[in-house]
Amino acid sequence: MTILGWAQIALVMAAVVAAAIPLARAIAAVAAGRVTLLAPLERAIYTAGGIDPARGMGWQGYTLAMLATNLAGFLLLYALLRLQGLLPFNPQGFGGLSPWLAFNTAVSFVTNTNWQAYSGEAAMSYLSQMAGLTVQNFLSAATGMALALALCRAFSGGGLKDLGNFWADFVRLNLYVLLPLAILVGLAFVALGMPQTLAAYVEATTLEGGTQTIPLGPAAFQVAIKHLGTNGGGFFGANSAHPFEGPSALATSLQIWSHQVIPFALVLTFGHIVRDIRQGRALLAVMLAFVIAGTWIVYAAEAGGNPLHLAAGVDPAMGNMEGKEVRFGQALVALFTATTTGASNGAVNAMFDSFTPLGGLVPLFLMQLGEVLPGGVGSGLYGMLVFVLLAVFVAGLMVGRTPEYLGKKVQAREVKLAMLAVLVLPAVILGFTAVSLVLPAAASSIQDAGPHGLTEMLYAYSSAAGNNGSAFGGLAADTPWLDATLGIAMLLGRFAYIVPMMAIAGSLAAKPKLAASTGTFPTHGPLFAGLLAGLILILGGLQFMPALALGPVAEHFVLAAGKIF
Amino acid sequence: MTSVLRPAIALVVLFTLLLGLAVPLAFTGMAGLVFPTQAGGSLIERDGRVVGSALLGQDFTADCYFQPRPSATTPAPYNAAASAASQLGPTSAALLDAVKARVAALGGGPVPADAVQASGAGLDPHVSPENAARQIRRVAQARGMSEARLAELVAAYTEGRQLGVFGDPRVNVLRLDLALDGST
Repeated sequence: MTILGWAQIALVMAAVVAAAIPLARAIAAVAAGRVTLLAPLERAIYTAGGIDPARGMGWQGYTLAMLATNLAGFLLLYALLRLQGLLPFNPQGFGGLSPWLAFNTAVSFVTNTNWQAYSGEAAMSYLSQMAGLTVQNFLSAATGMALALALCRAFSGGGLKDLGNFWADFVRLNLYVLLPLAILVGLAFVALGMPQTLAAYVEATTLEGGTQTIPLGPAAFQVAIKHLGTNGGGFFGANSAHPFEGPSALATSLQIWSHQVIPFALVLTFGHIVRDIRQGRALLAVMLAFVIAGTWIVYAAEAGGNPLHLAAGVDPAMGNMEGKEVRFGQALVALFTATTTGASNGAVNAMFDSFTPLGGLVPLFLMQLGEVLPGGVGSGLYGMLVFVLLAVFVAGLMVGRTPEYLGKKVQAREVKLAMLAVLVLPAVILGFTAVSLVLPAAASSIQDAGPHGLTEMLYAYSSAAGNNGSAFGGLAADTPWLDATLGIAMLLGRFAYIVPMMAIAGSLAAKPKLAASTGTFPTHGPLFAGLLAGLILILGGLQFMPALALGPVAEHFVLAAGKIF
Repeated sequence: MTSVLRPAIALVVLFTLLLGLAVPLAFTGMAGLVFPTQAGGSLIERDGRVVGSALLGQDFTADCYFQPRPSATTPAPYNAAASAASQLGPTSAALLDAVKARVAALGGGPVPADAVQASGAGLDPHVSPENAARQIRRVAQARGMSEARLAELVAAYTEGRQLGVFGDPRVNVLRLDLALDGST
């Protein structure tokens, strides 16, 4: 690790927080319907859909509207992927995807996971990338943000009958938040070297007389929303490690900024909506602490290099460079890795499969902690608020008082629903991983022997259920078993979490908002932040430590002992 | 039910037309006007023929050229149509054997890590300045150029950190090799 490396990390994170502050206010204004820049377009959309944007929805109505929109998006994307061979904007003449792969991919992009069992430049037509995947990058992000706003509103007053209008939130977040940011960031990406063209791939004659096929496409715009919406699905197979998708250190820094700015802003937006910005700041501090700690471990592990390779004559100066690009350096790889898994983005600018064991442990554990650090756009905030309810419940048990948060009593119903939500992740991850490790048809997808092989499988289901989408690599993921079960894991990780979360929102909204008294446990100070961080760590640790011990932890000691597979 | 389905379908269709076609197509047009080189893939031409992209590494095996990092793409290294990494783990015997063989081929260690470990996409256009420096003697002998002249050329093609802070110093192999061809 170097001072210059940490300076890069500090600069990028400072830029994230600095931008999140005004963005939070802007999102709060959009959520309140105070932004009307594109009012005619907005009205036209409402008219076409027969939507009354002023009509409030209860939690069931809001959830149903969200589910219907996601179902429609899934069906359209599935059809596009199956039929891409017959459709225009396909200069390379790619055929339709197999039913399993199309199901997996459509689920993946609708649930904001963006797990990819295909390689973009070798399978996707430009139309599929633009009208299919790019669109879902927007819509799944707006879905998450809308749900988070609904939960925020539940805390904003007493005896509320509705949580807002899903259609209006969805349309406004797309038009006023995601679209302008995507255009700005996308243009910056083009300036930094990312292609944006509909031209066919180019055949180059290399200096030594060989040929090289140069893949192109409308990449920059899609990559912009891929990060801003914490989607993470790469335009090219190698994702942001590809020189066209991560052309420089500045481009990778801007990507790190892009996949964190909205999740962090939303936490502050929560503070604005509940009219107590200190609450948002406390959550932001917890998230930031985890991101920095994760970055530090990855940075130290990767800059230290692989001891076996160092013994074989590799100069330790650059650290472990297998699967990494020269232009980024270890500091930006570490920050990218911790933020992409903490933020439920899932893009990668280096290959985790070739990380040292502890370097690879961090992205895996950050996903298993529930994707709340700061989590996906929207999903990070609502996930964090579920943890907050559990933390105030634990605090209430310790002092023997009925727990409350922001004047809302947290009672048996909310705590039961919160536990139901947080149990989805371990049940899906550990259940599917266990079955896949003993099922020959599934286990044959594993590339590496030893503890590393177990990590590859555990990572795949953690990534899918956490709706992260990053790949550890080394897993032949496009098989009917993995396509189907990872698809189911993504659906459960998204919607089996959302439904109890929205039920909590409905239940809390209806309760009266009590005034704070001297006996109220303050939830904006360091004591509560510490309790919350401890709860997240202990819950995640207890659930996943046995599996981690068999995977990356075992591998760490095996590597130290010099054993290879 | 229609009260839910009609808005859902309308929104998905309208946003597909807006965010999936109208905006990306307009954005593509704008990008091509403002940044035509980058939008088109940063292609490099020599004598009117495309010889590669400034952002994509390509395979060099001749002694008279600076050579890029190892690449894990198949069926041949630096196959830009199918980016790929080795995806081999830290305890992989196959990876350790490959690294040992590459170290031996370079005359033994210590060698810069980027010279013996493959990149994430298999298309890294850069090598570290240390990696380039180690190749100067070989290229000088193959070309009959002085090592001092080559060291000057490598220094001229070494790019510093962006804004003085971001990333690591690096040498673009294709640009350096193009300059080599131009200088002799």
